[in-house]
Amino acid sequence: MEAVFLTFVFVLSIFLGFELISKVPSTLHTPLMSGSNAISGITLIGSLASLRADNVKVAVILGTLAVALATVNVVGGYAVTDRMLEMFKKKDGGAK
Amino acid sequence: MNSVSLAINFAYVISAGLFVFGLKMLGSPATARRGNLLSAVGMLLAIVVTLFYSGLDYKWILVGMAVGTVIGLAAAYKVEMTSMPEMVALFNGFGGIASLLLAWAEYHQHPELSAFIAIVTLLSAFIGGVTFSGSMIAFGKLSEIIPGKAIVFSGQHIVNGLILLVAVGSGILFTMNPAGHYEIFLLLVVVSLLFGVTSVIPIGGADMPVVISLLNSYSGLAACAAGFVIHNNILIVAGALVGASGIILTKIMCKAMNRSLANVLFSGFGSTAQVASGGGAEQGEVRPATAEDVYYILEAADSVAIVPGYGLAVAQAQHVAQELGEILEQNGTEVMYAIHPVAGRMPGHMNVLLAEANVPYDQLVEMDDINPRMDSIDVCVVVGANDVVNPAALNDASSPIYGMPIIETHRAKTVIVLKRSMSAGFAGIQNALFFNTNTRMYFGDAKAKLQELVAQFKESSK
Repeated sequence: MEAVFLTFVFVLSIFLGFELISKVPSTLHTPLMSGSNAISGITLIGSLASLRADNVKVAVILGTLAVALATVNVVGGYAVTDRMLEMFKKKDGGAK
Repeated sequence: MNSVSLAINFAYVISAGLFVFGLKMLGSPATARRGNLLSAVGMLLAIVVTLFYSGLDYKWILVGMAVGTVIGLAAAYKVEMTSMPEMVALFNGFGGIASLLLAWAEYHQHPELSAFIAIVTLLSAFIGGVTFSGSMIAFGKLSEIIPGKAIVFSGQHIVNGLILLVAVGSGILFTMNPAGHYEIFLLLVVVSLLFGVTSVIPIGGADMPVVISLLNSYSGLAACAAGFVIHNNILIVAGALVGASGIILTKIMCKAMNRSLANVLFSGFGSTAQVASGGGAEQGEVRPATAEDVYYILEAADSVAIVPGYGLAVAQAQHVAQELGEILEQNGTEVMYAIHPVAGRMPGHMNVLLAEANVPYDQLVEMDDINPRMDSIDVCVVVGANDVVNPAALNDASSPIYGMPIIETHRAKTVIVLKRSMSAGFAGIQNALFFNTNTRMYFGDAKAKLQELVAQFKESSK
């Protein structure tokens, strides 16, 4: 039964994603991509939750690697997107 | 579900809401930055509440997160804007491999899986692996560590087909008895990495916007599958949002090139086109121009559209292009930047570069907005773009790019093309635009040549 529930969530989220993204102008495609890329680092949450103190050694090594790499994805992704978006400016009154 | 875990899951709902609002706000330049911050807050919230689960291995969590944060921040603040496609590919690959490792760790810890969990575990590992190795190849191509051209060998489709067949076959075997088939799981990991490589190497440099969008979508789907493995809603929601966004971007990019996704993925465009176009394009006389000639043309123009392409990024010419634009504006000329959706190496690449150079975003004009008024534009300055301004796409049915929407610069009164030499563009075809009577070729390095122009303007205003 839980599988059905999770699939339900999945399908609705896909539709929501389509609705949200199809309205983004092409000017913002790069930040959109790197911003959504940062969100895909969400796998970090899973890696954290499954890195438990009673895990066997191999699982700890794999889990720590997963946490580190997902953190790079999340932190780097948000930071680089912010750096890009900071540069998008409207024309300031002084020019021209 | 105990009360702690209930509270954590409610917090996840808030996170998911923040992601949705964040993505929505990314839809307008005015709110985009706050949108990204909102989404980051959602992520932070999810991370913090997750740490309240009991029995976590905090020592290794701390190590992993510290290392990841340092690397992520260092990379994010050091990267040049021209290298943004590589950076996104790299980060994307890391997200993918994290999903693979998560699925692996879970399987290693609890090898007794139900059929459903076995399938999603495999999916998470397989998509994660393809995302990782595919992104690494894309990274290699974009940073020119490996050749950017399409690498095609005979029987490529058969090899890819066989790989998929092995994956599906061993996947079925694995699902029947997950606990007894650790070796099959490892085989699938290897196969997924291999498949990522073999599916991305035949794709050429200019098709990278499609590939990056697609890999972006994969990394979301991998996270999604991982969410099914550990029964975590937030992974499923966020992963699905990213998966959907990647698919939409992929679709937009394909449309901008008038090609189907299958054509981009399997045709090895660029390597075959060269053969096909041997003597096709009409030749004629090119009219080279000096900096002084170009100066007089621009000086007299009322409206100028600058059309940037990947060459602008290669020459790092975005700042000097902006400088020229500003001088022209002071001269009373209307200046705009006309941007083709697939110019550059990732969706929106040119917009980011010009934003970096302080070009206000209201001067950036999309293809569909500039084309209708092209006849009234005095001068188009094409900087390092080729195929996206090739009129053959409109009027030569035998051309490999026939049907691709282009920025119709040939309809402007005068076209100035900045180019290093007469060599063909990515598609390997000659560009009739260069031989038009209203076209002047301004040969040389884009950055140096634009600087010469700026110097000319400064000289004359003294």
